[in-house]
Order: sequence, then structure tokens, then C-alpha cells
Amino acid sequence: MNALIKNGRIIDPKNNINDTLDIYIYEGIIEDIGKNLDYSGVDVEEIDAKGKIIAPGLVDMHCHLREPGFEYKEDIESGTKSAAKGGFTSVACMPNTNPVVDNVSVVEYIKKRAESVGYVNVFPIGAITKGLMGEELAEIGTLKFAGVVAVSDDGNPVSNTALMRHALEYAQTFDTPVISHCEVKEIADGSMNEGYVSTMLGLRGISRAAEEINIARDIILAKTTNTSVHIAHVSTKGAVELIRQAKAEGVKVTCETCPHYFSLTEEAVIGYNTNAKMNPPLRTQSDVEAIIQGLADGTIDAIATDHAPHHIDEKNCEFELALNGIVGFETALSLGITYLVKQNHLTLEKLIAKMTCVPSDILGINKGTLSIGKPADLIIIDEDKEYTVDVNKFYSKSKNSPFDGYKLFGTVEYTMVGGRFVVREGILI
Amino acid sequence: MFEDMKDLLGIKDLQKSHIEKILDTAKTMKHIISQNNKKTGHLIGKSIVTLFYENSTRTRLSFELAAKYMSGFASNISVNASSVSKGESLIDTAKTIDAMGTDVVILRHSRSGTPHLIAKNINASVINAGDGMNEHPTQALLDMFTMREKKGRIEGLKVAIVGDVLHSRVARSNIWGLTKLGAEVSIGAPSTLLPADLQKTGVKVYNSIHEAVVDADVVMGLRIQQERQKRGLFPSVIEYARFFGIDERRLSLAKPDALLLHPGPVNRGVELSSSVLESEKSFVNEQVTNGVAIRMAILYLYTRKGNEI
Repeated sequence: MNALIKNGRIIDPKNNINDTLDIYIYEGIIEDIGKNLDYSGVDVEEIDAKGKIIAPGLVDMHCHLREPGFEYKEDIESGTKSAAKGGFTSVACMPNTNPVVDNVSVVEYIKKRAESVGYVNVFPIGAITKGLMGEELAEIGTLKFAGVVAVSDDGNPVSNTALMRHALEYAQTFDTPVISHCEVKEIADGSMNEGYVSTMLGLRGISRAAEEINIARDIILAKTTNTSVHIAHVSTKGAVELIRQAKAEGVKVTCETCPHYFSLTEEAVIGYNTNAKMNPPLRTQSDVEAIIQGLADGTIDAIATDHAPHHIDEKNCEFELALNGIVGFETALSLGITYLVKQNHLTLEKLIAKMTCVPSDILGINKGTLSIGKPADLIIIDEDKEYTVDVNKFYSKSKNSPFDGYKLFGTVEYTMVGGRFVVREGILI
Repeated sequence: MFEDMKDLLGIKDLQKSHIEKILDTAKTMKHIISQNNKKTGHLIGKSIVTLFYENSTRTRLSFELAAKYMSGFASNISVNASSVSKGESLIDTAKTIDAMGTDVVILRHSRSGTPHLIAKNINASVINAGDGMNEHPTQALLDMFTMREKKGRIEGLKVAIVGDVLHSRVARSNIWGLTKLGAEVSIGAPSTLLPADLQKTGVKVYNSIHEAVVDADVVMGLRIQQERQKRGLFPSVIEYARFFGIDERRLSLAKPDALLLHPGPVNRGVELSSSVLESEKSFVNEQVTNGVAIRMAILYLYTRKGNEI
């Protein structure tokens, strides 16, 4: 199928394009970008994108698709539907499935399932350690050749410092990024951020130090071994400062944050709202401001969703027993537009970069651009359209979002994956 | 005033006028307990269930007697004897109790926020009898009742709370209540037993018992649990008692007519010395009596919906 999308503003940060242009897709490949393109002789669907933004399909470098093992929460079909609805055309899924992605057969399984039922490109992330147990390295070389794009023990830190050092060095041998979930478990014995709100609610607090000590450790390890490390879901002011300083010293550290860390504070927990429970926990206003500053000055490279679906029964329970995490695909872009772009913290171009080419470059997956000759993964966005979040309309199997009822700006009107529309006029096909 | 209030989840959510109304009502109830025939008809036809996921002697019995003195049906469910051990979820257990026509569920649970969760899921009134580290509203109400009874007022009193405030739902409920009623609250504890940003609640926080207790009208000790020692929060019970135990010398720093309170059960020789516990300043046993009066008042006020003229 061929398509000609006319009159939209194309924002392609990787190629420095930000202009009103037409884009022509021929047999799934981006064939031409320019002014007043005319392909009237060809069998082509014309779409008028006047007043809309055309951007590369979003790239999520951190999500949980839950298959295999937890299909009651999400599976590759429902998860990639949800991703497509949110404008993501490539997602990298974390290995904490059951069985864990620490062997070739699970990697193969995920790739096969993605091929047959997936709506978007799926890139598996492998485990750093066997079974995510933090004891022995997983077969990172073999996993890499099977198709993982990075390794991570996400959900668990690699607590053993020597093992983490070896993981950084060994993964570098295979040119595989290491994504570190930073949390010193011994001082993270709580269920929300430690501060006035945890005191007020009588909940054990998680100190910011739990995140920051681990980040400092990993920065020092990367510096010592001249390796690179990617820090997952940065949430504190101190973490931003550590990473800023490390980058200034030339340490090869990159990092991501998630939309909830720039849009919500710990106060969302009041009332024991389990949909505001995640790890790391929501922090305070000064942390939110530091995260936004870090995004603006480039300290924080990427925005990832940490899409973490959970069944209603895993959330409608005692706060301390509720599982960590929220779904994120279908709100991520509009949270970025509403809380960063509309508030003049970030240009739309910068926001798009942090959700497309930057995470793609960190993972080395060659996505997130509108370069001529590439498969056409793109989205058409209405930046100014306001809507009310309704979790019951999510395509995800799970509805655990703290943003239900929020009024947000920015809708995904079309999502195209490999030249094929999977979302049209806001509706999944 | 209470007609539109279904649940008592914490003192934090109450207004000053609510607290005063409860204390006033409890005064009448205390009169009933002191009579030869302890019986009123306030809870005729009302079903009260205590659902306790933690051990308790005094709080549970206190609620049960309060219900019975007012002619209510009181039933008790304890964790091990119920289907909880079969893996039934908390909400399902509560819904089952609700479906049997229960008017009031009195809940104690080791997890903070559990009564809030149950209250959203059932029609019966939920009375919090202690949730995790969060609140123990009826205990704080009986403490305030005792203070008001002995001192004639709460406003302007200096109340010292000494001990493990970090893990104490009694301390939290008292802090919310006492600050709303205009008392000056000072806290004395080692830093490891203090929750984050405690001073933002409007209390004064000291690391020494002397500074907390000096010139106090009321001194309240909190129970120390041995398991905190294992988590490294203090090195030994002996050292705790040495620096934070309330003994005669330390109690003498308070006003001469100071009241000594403790929610019980007391570790003698740890948070309170035996001599202060037995002294004329100690009102620990009277607190227990007042607890029944407070719980009668609560049950009365929270069951009036659609029942009274």
C-alpha cells in the first residue's frame, strides 16, 4: 500500500527537519519528502494532515508486555495494540516474564509472537543475570545473537557490585547496552517516597538514597571500566545531579525518565491510591522540577513509559501489598505535550527526539527517524486536541493508570508501522 | 453532625467539632458504665462485627463490651479461625460480613490504609481499630478524653510523646487530634524512631527525653517492640531504657501534677519504670475504662443514620 501524507508539519529531529512538507510512502518504505509532492499517477491513498504533526513512530525503550507467563495482565497482542494507540511503533520489552528472558528459546518465542500477533515492532531485552537472581551472568553473548537489544534485570537491581562490574565489561564485549534498575534494597524497605506524605499516611518510606547510591555506584563502575551504562527510570533530584556531573566528566552514562516522574508527586498516593504506587516511587515537587530541568538541559536523554500492566486484583488490595507500576503507552505522548511542551519546558521537537531517535540510538535499533529508504514507521499527531483520559477505553488489558479522568493535550490520529496504518483517526484497525 | 459520616478511619479526617462531640458523648457513656446496671438500648437491633487481623486483648474486648452495654449484637472474627487462612482476599471477607446485614465492622489490620480500602467496598460503617503505622483513632480519643477529664481542657496543654513514633499509630492519631484541639505536642525519641518530616505536622521534635518532657502537663510513653532492635533501630532494650525510659527522675521534669499515659501493654522497665507506672501520676488503668466509654460514643454516633427521630 502506498500513501501520500500532505500538508502536515514534519518533525524529524534526527534529520533536522521541522517544516511543512509532504511525505510519500511506497511499498512500506519512505520514498520521498518534499514540498507539494505529486504522485497523482500512482495508486496512492492521500491523507491531508493540515494542522497536524508528522513524526517518526515513537520508540519505547522500557516496557513490560508480560508474555510469556503473565498473559492475564497483558500479552504481546494487547500490549502492542496499546502501544500503537499511543503512537509507539517500536517497543523494547523487559525480561521479567515467566520464564525469564535469559535463554534463546524465550527470545525466539517473543519474536515469533510479535511477528504473528504484534501491531508494532518488538525488541526483547534480555536478563543480565540468570533468572534475574543477581547471582550469575546470563549468557549475554548468546542472547545478543538471538536478538536481544539490551540487557537488564529491571525490577531488581544487580546488588552484587563485582557482578555488576563484570556485567558492564562482558556486555561491552558484545556491544550490548546494560540498563540498570537502581535501587539499594536494604534502604528501600517501603511502599512510597519517604517524606511528609509517608509520615502522614503511616506508610514506610523509600529513601531517595536507595536510588541515588546505586546510580553513583554504577557511574563509578562505568568510569572505572570505561564502559557505558543506561540508568532506568530516574526519579530524584539527586539522581539528575549525579548523572549531570558524570556526563560533564565524560562518563558514558545515559538515562531515561518516565512521564509520571515529571507530571505527578507523592501526593497522588493520598487516599492509598494504589495506581500511584510504582518503583521508584513518585517523589516531591522539587524532584519533579529537577527531572524537568534534566530533560531540558539534556541530562536526561530519553523518555520511556515503564508500561507495567497489572490485574485489578493486584491493585484493588492493601496498599503495601499492591504491585508496583502503571500502564503508560496510551498517555505518554500527551503527558509529554501537556506537562513539558505546553508548559514551555521543552520544544515539541525535543520531546519527539527523546521519544524516538534518542532511545533508538541508545539501543542501536536504527528506528525513530523518517529517513528516505527506511520502513515507514510514523505517526500523525494533533498537538492541540484536548481529551479526557478514560482507562476503560485503553487497549491494554490492564487499567492501572493514575491519570484516569485527566484532561490532556495531544492525540495520536494515525500510527503507521512498516507502511501499514494500524491506527486511523484515533481508532485501532 | 455524624449523620453523613459512614466511617471512622482516622483522626486526620475529623474536624475539631467532631472530636469534641465524641468526647462530650463519651462523658455520658462513662456515667452509664459506672452504674450498677450497665445497659442502654442505643444499639438494639444493630449488628457489630470485630474483624481483627492482629492480636489484641483490650481494644477488642473494649469494643465488644461497648456494643453489649448498649444492647448491640457483637460478633468476633479472628484471622486464624476464619477463611482468611484459605486465601480469601480481605475485600471478599469484608463483603461477606457486609452481606450478612452487619451495621458496623471494626477492623484492625497490620497494613496502613486497609480500613480505607474496606470502607470503599462495603455498606457497613467501618471503624478503624488500628491500621499498620497509620492511625488508631479510638485510642487517641480515649487519651484525649482522659486528658480533658483530668485537666479540664486540651487547648494549651503541653503533651510529651516519648518513644517509637515511627511505628506508632497511637502517636500519629494523637498528633492529629491534639494539634487540632490546640495542645502543644513535643516528641522525644532517637532519630531512628522518628518518621520523616515529622515537624511538619506541627509538633516539636527532640532527640532527648528531657527537652520533650520538661514542663509537660501530660507524658505519654509508647510501646517499644523488641523486633525493632533486630532491624538496627536501636542497639538494645537496656540502652533504650537508659536514654529514653520514663522513670521518676525524668517524670519529675514535667509539671508536678502531670499525667502519665501509655496505650498498653507496657514493657515494664523499658518505656516506663514500674515505679512510675504504679505512681499516682499514672492513669494507665483509667485509660482502659475511658476506652469503653469512647467506643460506646463512637458506636452510638456512627449508627444513628436513619434510626433516630
